[in-house]
This record gives sequence, C-alpha cells and structure tokens, in this order.
Amino acid sequence: MTNKLEMSAGKLPEIGASQIALLEKLCNATAVSGDEHEVRQIVLEAVKLIADEVKVDALGNVLATKFGRSDKRVRVMLAAHMDEIGLMVVKKHEDGVFEFVRVGGIDERQLPGKPVLVGREHLPGVIGAKPIHLTTAAERKNKIDESAMRIDLGPEIGEKVKPGDRATFATRFELLGPSIRAKALDDRFGVATLIELLKHAPDQIDLLAAFTVQEEVGLRGARVAAYALDPDMAIAVDATPAYDLPPWDDEDENDRYNTRLDAGPAIYVMDFGTIPDRRLVNWLVETATQDEIPYQLRQPGGGGTDAGAIHKVRSGIPSVSVSVPVRYAHTAASIARLDDWANTLRLLHAALGRVTPNLLVGERRG
Amino acid sequence: MKSLIQKLVETPGPSGFEYAIRDVIREAIADAADEIRVDALGSLIARVGTKTDEGMRVMVSAHIDEIGLMVTHVDANGFVRFTNIGGINPLTCYGGRVLFMDGTQGVIGMDVIGPGKMPKLSDLFIDVGATSKDDCPVKVGDVCGFERPFLDLGKRMVAKSMDDRIAAAVAIEALRRLEHTPHEVHFVFSTQEEVGLRGATTAAYGVDPEVGFAVDVTRSGDTPRFSPKMATALGDGPAIKVRDSSFIADPRLVDWMIKAAQAADIPYQLEVLEAGGTDGRAIQLTRSGVPAGCVSIVCRYVHSPSEMVDSDDVENAVKLLVKLLSEPIILG
Repeated sequence: MTNKLEMSAGKLPEIGASQIALLEKLCNATAVSGDEHEVRQIVLEAVKLIADEVKVDALGNVLATKFGRSDKRVRVMLAAHMDEIGLMVVKKHEDGVFEFVRVGGIDERQLPGKPVLVGREHLPGVIGAKPIHLTTAAERKNKIDESAMRIDLGPEIGEKVKPGDRATFATRFELLGPSIRAKALDDRFGVATLIELLKHAPDQIDLLAAFTVQEEVGLRGARVAAYALDPDMAIAVDATPAYDLPPWDDEDENDRYNTRLDAGPAIYVMDFGTIPDRRLVNWLVETATQDEIPYQLRQPGGGGTDAGAIHKVRSGIPSVSVSVPVRYAHTAASIARLDDWANTLRLLHAALGRVTPNLLVGERRG
Repeated sequence: MKSLIQKLVETPGPSGFEYAIRDVIREAIADAADEIRVDALGSLIARVGTKTDEGMRVMVSAHIDEIGLMVTHVDANGFVRFTNIGGINPLTCYGGRVLFMDGTQGVIGMDVIGPGKMPKLSDLFIDVGATSKDDCPVKVGDVCGFERPFLDLGKRMVAKSMDDRIAAAVAIEALRRLEHTPHEVHFVFSTQEEVGLRGATTAAYGVDPEVGFAVDVTRSGDTPRFSPKMATALGDGPAIKVRDSSFIADPRLVDWMIKAAQAADIPYQLEVLEAGGTDGRAIQLTRSGVPAGCVSIVCRYVHSPSEMVDSDDVENAVKLLVKLLSEPIILG
C-alpha cells in the first residue's frame, strides 16, 4: 500500500486511489473488540516503512512513532481505534447453528436477516429470521431479543466455528460516486487517516500514533497506550453519527442532527467522556478557518472517543477529538463522503503543522 | 466567611470551565499557601506545610465545578437548545435564568408538552432575547450556569452552587486557619467532578498522596415525607462519610475521624449516601491505592438552583478539617 514516493514530508496528504484501496482493505477486515489481529497486520505492514519506531503493547495496541527534527518538539498523540462492534459466538447447536452475543453497542433490531462473516476465515453465515409467511401480525410488531437469534452457517462450515469466534456484518466496501458504503468506517476512517499523517508528519512534533484496541467496549486500549506514550497533548480521530435527515413530521427544524454529511470534519466540544481543552478546539477551528477547510462542531451530548480515557491518564493530558461524519454508524452499512474524509485529513495535517509549545502554555481556560 | 461564600457561589464555573472560580480561589489562598500550581485539567493545587517524621502527604479535595448547560443548536428564530453538563433535573429548569461565560443572560422556556407530563431536557430551550439565528449572541458549544443570587437566611444559607462551593469555602478557611501541621497537605480545588471525578483523578495521580479526604456536600434526610433514606440533618454537624455509591471510606480512617471530632468536642453525624459520589473515589483508586475518607456538609435540594446548608455545620466542618490536619493520622 505504501511506497517510498509517498513518504516525502513536505507533500500535502490527499485521498487518492491507494488511500481508498487501503480503506477498503481495512473496512473489509474483521476486528471485533479483543481480536484486532487482522487490522493490526494491515496497520503494521503500512507503517513499518514510515514510522521510526513501531511496537505492539500488551493489549495489542500498535504504537508507531515518527520523530520530528526540531529542538523543542511537542509530543502529540493521535489515537484511532482498530476494533469494531460485532458479535461473538457463545454456544453451538446442531446443524451449524450458533447462539451469540453482541460486542459493543449494537441495536438488536439491526440484526435479524443480516449476512455475517464468522471467525478469522470469514466463514459466511446469516442471522436467521422467521419469514413473513410464518409470522403473526403481533410478532411483527415486537423486537426480537438477542437470546432468540441464531447465526446459521450450515452443518459443514459450522464444524469450523467454535465459541469465542467473532463475527461481523458481511457488507463489502463500495464506492458510490462521492460516497462510501461500508461496515466499520467507525473507526477505519481514523486508522487510515493516521497512516496518512504518519507519512506526512511535520518536523516540529513527535507524532505518536496509537492504533488502539477495545475502544468499543470501554476505551480500554487507549488508556494503556496513553500511559505508555505520556504525550503533551492528544487527538482522538474517529467517526461519529450524522443524523442530517429531514426533520420530524411535526417539527420544522432538525435540531438533533449530531453532525451532517458534506459539512467537513466534526470537531468535539463535549461528549459523554470528555470536555475537550478549548485551546485545542480553538486551534482546530482557527486552522480550518484560515486554510478555508470546511468543518463543523459536533453537537455536544452523548457518545465518546478514546479521548475520554486519554485525558485522564497520569496527571492529565489536554485532549480533543475530530471525527468523520458517518450515517448509520454501528449498523450493517454506513454511508460517508470521500470529501469529508479528505477534509478531515487536511485539517489534521494543517493543524499539526501549527503546533508549537505555545499552544499549551499557561492554564486551561475552559 | 459569608462574604467569601457569596463570592464563591455567585461565580460561574460549570464543569470544564472553572477558570473564573479558580482565579477567585487563588486570590483567597495566595497569602496562606506555600506553593500553588494548576494541573492539565485545571485543578488548583495548593501545598501547605512540609512532611515531618509523624506526617504524611495528605490530599484534601473540594471540587470547584458546578452543574451547567451547553448549547447544542440555535434555531431559525434564535431559540437555543441545550444539553446538560452534570446531573440536571429538568424539573428545576423551567423559568430559571442562566448566565453564559461571556456575560450573556437568558431564561429557560419549555415546549408545550401537555398537562401532567414531566419535561425532558429536549423539551426545554433558552431564550436570550434574540429574534433570529443571526442576532443570537450564543452559538453551539457555548456554556452557561444557573443564575441565582446568594440568599442569607441567618442560620441557613441558600445558593445555586453550594455543591460544592461550600466545601471550597471550608477548604479555603481550613487552609488559612491551619497553623501547625505535621503533614505536607495538598489542598486540591478540583475540576470536572460533576461529570465523573475527572479533575480529582489526575490531581490525585500528580499529588501521589498517602491519605486523602474529599470535602463535599451530601443529602439530608430531614425534609417532609419521602426524604432520602438518610440519618443526616441540617445543623447536626459535619458528616463523616461511611460510604456512598462511588466508594467506601477506609474504616480505619472513619474511626480516627470520629475520635478526632469527639476529642475536639465538635458535633458530627455519620453519613451513608445511597446515590452519589465524591472525589474520595478518585483518591482511593489512584496509583497503588490510598486510604480515603470524606467530610460532608449536609445540604437540602442538591442539584437544584436553591441548595441549602446550615451555617453552624459549615463552621464545624472547618474546625473538624483543621483538627484532622493538625495531628498525626493514626490508621488503627
């Protein structure tokens, strides 16, 4: 995926065919929280030629460092999580039928009838659903509990599956004109973005890229990664829901959109886990304004990123989050725009180029 | 002390935006502290004393943030939708007034939701007197606190942010009155408690204490009907916490605190709080673990714009804290 020609630090990063191919490979890989092996291998392959130091820690995080060249370098941690929400097989029944549980935040209603890929071999199966011929009107009004659902792989393929195996939605990456349809854009967008930023890291910072594990089950990887890296500041790069659909029937304005597609990278002012240091929020907003990069402020509220764990590590680490807006996050297929991703990369690259020790001089003022 | 309390409770400082209240406290303790610093999350940390053979490194934590609101959306007509910073009860919002960090004021209105229904936060909006999105002085991400003047009822005092400015006042006063201590005491005026003890978490790591005390408010069990199932009452003295839903106070420390109160003839009560947490948890769980306790000031109507405490409880809390910090801490 990488070649020496792409590694010149002065060149502006952009989203071209090779970046999209890498994102496709990342999205189609299976890396349900706790078994991030497949994405980790892709990341290790991509960063081995660009980073100055690469290590895999005890929880499976990939920590890739690109050292700057100036004297007073700010240590900037960038975090993107490799794991995705998914399913775990828990009990085998006859004929290749399995009980399962969800890993991370998945709405049960999203599951019946969806094709899945099980285990490291990506064995094809389906979450079975009772056909309409056999359901009653009352049944069709009720949600089906996870405990009543099964993954069906058939008898032969089912022999290869065992409790503990992970499964993901079978959705394959597709380009739809200016859009992407894929599973796991949360947070393969972040992973692909960090790889590009490592290639184009500015000289006045040490770029500490953490490709983290187990974000979807409680920001677990980021916590230990931040402890090890002990950075001066941190940015979580993630994907966040866009709910920019028309307003409800009885309302004339959508005031709960979270973020909108085509409006650029979403800068966080508060989520469930973090109240970002406003010096960092302002630094991103000023960079976007000066460089005429579209951006949006994500509506403050719930949800969270790796920043929620990072900022509380040791004596505290000033942190902020930036996300690519994504419709239908945590379902079988999300829709996002290539331009929003490209502008996220542009914003982060431009902002990193402006980091100086003065950015965090003095006290936090909000 | 009441003028200090008034200044503390009327200064806005929702979680994450504690810079103004931090400046007020820094000025109040400047002459009495040996060293003052601010950590990455904005907590003010003031050291008093040096450790003797009989002493320990002690952390005392009172949080300086308060609950507040953050703007999520400004609509075409200039009405402002918001989300909560910390635990906001929608019931206490309607008709309330808010003060933004830049001085902008507003009132809280409510959508028509039908009779007998409880509002949700999404049913409420702030009206700052704007007529459209263009002339609205606030934008997404702006922060406000509730606005309500300090009310002095003599023996009882009322304010929007007794939680936890009254504890900040107790800590400030104890810091000033502490003449002799065998300990190296770190008074932490912590941030972001209301959103998850975040400031105390990083401050505790930085201070690396050998023992720690939170100072916070707790609920009262002395109001008419259906009051919380608690033995605490206004005027019965500072409460020595046995447990709350975030941590169990070190029982050795609880016993020692009780003996200290008895020895100094300071009234006290014991507190078991079923729903609520304090910085004590953050201290207890830092690094390799730390014995931690909590001195509480009993408070009625917690997380409403009118939180009530008793003046004698406040004075006795100062006396108890000074007593605790003035002698060696014996952990049974």
